[in-house]
Amino acid sequence: MDTCILLDDGSGGRASQRLVERCFLRHFDNPLLRRLDDAALLEDIAPPLAMSTDSYTVTPLFFPGGSIGSLAVHGTVNDVAMMGARPRYLSCAFILEEGLPLADLERVARNMADAARAASVSIVTGDTKVVPRTACDKLFITTTGVGTVYANPTPSGHNARVGDAVLVSGSLGDHGLTVLRSRENLSFLSDMTSDSAPLNSMIEHIVTAAGCVHTLRDPTRGGLATTLNEIAQQSNVSIEIEETAIPVRESVKNACSFLGLDPLYLANEGKCVCVLPEDRAEKALMAMRASPYGRQAARIGTVIKDAEGRQGSVVLRTRIGGERILGMLEGAQLPRIC
Amino acid sequence: MHLTSAFQDKTLCAGLLARLTRALDSLHAAGGKQLRFMEVCGTHTMAIFQSGLRSLLPKGIAHLSGPGCPVCVTHDADIAAILHLAEKDSLIVATFGDMLRVPGPNGNNLKHAQAAGARVEIVYSPLDALTLAAKNPGDTVVFLGIGFEATAPAVAATLLCACQQQRKNFRVFSLHKRVPPVLRSLLNDADTDIDAFLLPGHVSTVLGLAPYAFLAEARVPGVVGGFEPADILLALCLITEQIRDGQPAVVNAYPRAVNDAGNPKARALLDQVFVPSDALWRGMGRIAQSGFAVRPDFAAWDAAATFDLRVAETPPPRGCRCGDVLKGRIAPPACPLFGKVCTPATPTGPCMVSTEGSCAACYNYSER
Repeated sequence: MDTCILLDDGSGGRASQRLVERCFLRHFDNPLLRRLDDAALLEDIAPPLAMSTDSYTVTPLFFPGGSIGSLAVHGTVNDVAMMGARPRYLSCAFILEEGLPLADLERVARNMADAARAASVSIVTGDTKVVPRTACDKLFITTTGVGTVYANPTPSGHNARVGDAVLVSGSLGDHGLTVLRSRENLSFLSDMTSDSAPLNSMIEHIVTAAGCVHTLRDPTRGGLATTLNEIAQQSNVSIEIEETAIPVRESVKNACSFLGLDPLYLANEGKCVCVLPEDRAEKALMAMRASPYGRQAARIGTVIKDAEGRQGSVVLRTRIGGERILGMLEGAQLPRIC
Repeated sequence: MHLTSAFQDKTLCAGLLARLTRALDSLHAAGGKQLRFMEVCGTHTMAIFQSGLRSLLPKGIAHLSGPGCPVCVTHDADIAAILHLAEKDSLIVATFGDMLRVPGPNGNNLKHAQAAGARVEIVYSPLDALTLAAKNPGDTVVFLGIGFEATAPAVAATLLCACQQQRKNFRVFSLHKRVPPVLRSLLNDADTDIDAFLLPGHVSTVLGLAPYAFLAEARVPGVVGGFEPADILLALCLITEQIRDGQPAVVNAYPRAVNDAGNPKARALLDQVFVPSDALWRGMGRIAQSGFAVRPDFAAWDAAATFDLRVAETPPPRGCRCGDVLKGRIAPPACPLFGKVCTPATPTGPCMVSTEGSCAACYNYSER
């Protein structure tokens, strides 16, 4: 165990998981937190509420398709929505670096307001702190969201059942690669746009159309591969997915192959993974495709029991008909040398 | 990019697999044992696992992953030197990303150095490191030159640019490695049991076929292969057929990228800037003439000449059998540390370190 925090601990993969288990869960332990879903389900309040919080740091602050402001709204709105809840209110806390241009803050606030309006949520409370130059990188935002739960049963990472269909609402890797391209000035990569979007309305349509959804997750940091591994572990099942069924844009595929990255581990900010009974899959897919954020929705696989002792893992059937384990992201994905 | 997807075609691959199986069958019928081929390129390792090809290979052929990941073969002693450099004031280490993970003798890596305050920048091209030097005139930027003959020419070109621009605050720490000497060392090692080599596609774009001629003289097939599943399968078919027909040769099965004569311009750059030198390989020790040192004419840009970087050779970590994995003597799971002490989170040896390393690829992609 390392004696200090490394960047890997925030990458959303195994290193983050270990940090949460060994530090936060150990100190804060309670049954609500222990579920480790995208949001906490507060069932002792009537009607039940879902509550989630997230901190946002991104370089650069503005990128094609979004900004730290729109992310700070979409990310938290989506986490609440993944519980089958209708996000209503957001809080927001800013940590600002001394010297930050006011015009940048204005632009971020405008993006947040626009995103909140589009997602039908209100930002109702907040806080501002300013720290000396270099004590933070320009601007950090924390948002907390609450929403009223409408889904019954409520979706959870623990509810995937053998035989369930696994759906994804669209192409993967766009956000992670767009931010990387902007941050590192990789102008040789073709233009791409973040998928950052509020999914609450689409999710509500999915849940209503399908009637019963076992699991909803947004594959943010760590990407699809890490999210599927979390679901498999929490539900004590395995998941088998088809490489050819997974939507990945050609430009993303090529850029990843050039940089030595895997799109299945790149962050998404406007996609959801949906696990539900096989006979409801078609209805859910239709609901996804009816939304502007789910046009490329696809069924990518099936929940299986445990193929050859592989319980809790994800098996990828490859393009050429082979198979391999799709592991969890360890730390940050590092570009390969050649 | 149909140039790649066409070579991932399931039907094409099935046809090549059938051809491979036929060749292996006739080899087996003639009393041949299991054919053991080694690839010596990290991208081949990854491609074989990632495509699921490994799960489809017929029983008559075994895949050995050699010392082909340039990050993995970087020696403990060199990592120690890098970490020592990173501690210096007014110094920025510029590196390709996957070097961050490689542990030094005490388990520390560049990520730890970074957390302790060292300035480490990931770059995507050596030229980015030169730009970094221009932007930080008060600091010295040391670029870690890691890689084989495919990567080294770009570093050579960058060093020439630095020289032209008289960029005095730029250095290269050349830890580059050369493929033919390590192949020769594997071939001459009595401990190894290798029937054929799948030769590296990228490195061969620079070298061409001539430097591998000694393989055919030793009656060991060497086939240059590309990186899509059909490319690799074709190379394996040719290897097996050569053995079946008793006609081992060095051939190019990746002509859409590799010219038989290689790339003379790139080789000229290498010659201009570097000179072959002995080098330390993690798990394999010192191999004669297997590295590239910066020529004395460019000493002003050579980190090895301008900093005191001598670090004592260190013994390999206890129990770690990476040397045997790199030589193809054992498969990763046969190492007592594999998956227990040594995982991608806490790598002990070089093969677990890079995502391309034999052990990491085996841990991440195959049945455990």
